[in-house]
Amino acid sequence: MNEIHQLVVAALVVVGSFFLLVGTVGLLRLPDVYNRMHATSKATTLGASSLLLAGFVYYGPQGAGLTSLVGIVFLFLTAPTGAHLISRSAQKMGVPLFGKEAKWPGEESD
Amino acid sequence: MASDLALLGPVVDAGLILAAALTLLAGYRVIKGPTVPDRVVALDTIGTNVVAIAVLFALDSGQGLFVTVSLVLAIIGFISTIAVSQYVIEGDIIE
Repeated sequence: MNEIHQLVVAALVVVGSFFLLVGTVGLLRLPDVYNRMHATSKATTLGASSLLLAGFVYYGPQGAGLTSLVGIVFLFLTAPTGAHLISRSAQKMGVPLFGKEAKWPGEESD
Repeated sequence: MASDLALLGPVVDAGLILAAALTLLAGYRVIKGPTVPDRVVALDTIGTNVVAIAVLFALDSGQGLFVTVSLVLAIIGFISTIAVSQYVIEGDIIE
């Protein structure tokens, strides 16, 4: 394992950890359940996918590296689906939007 | 295997520590979150962070089996998120 190989894996690990940090800060600091869902579903998925890509570069195109690619495809398929289901259940529960002037489409503005 | 590499070992160790700390911080939103969907979002984030921790441990220990562990954890997290959100909707309808 030479220097370039290590540098690529280390750069992907750093990028993935940064996106995990961004997603969790958004989960803790944003004001609304819809905003929090937005932050975590995009940024955390990018972070975990970057770490899985680091695993692919580390292990090569067979065995565990191939499993990493399957993991990337699975995360990109399922994270938007889960986020959509959570926001839909929140809307059906009647969780209000943040702010006074924001309305759902189709609602009459009084 | 990663322990004899001079460059990669400290980076992966720092990433492991950061991901573990972020998972603990997401637990704050699970406990405090004002509504139930907040808690579901926080649990989903914890699931994704645990996937990242499993991949980082696979890089740290040099055993490729833990990548498969992370894939299984991702599948379990997706199924649990769907189950809990559907339970929230149906529970409100039944009551």
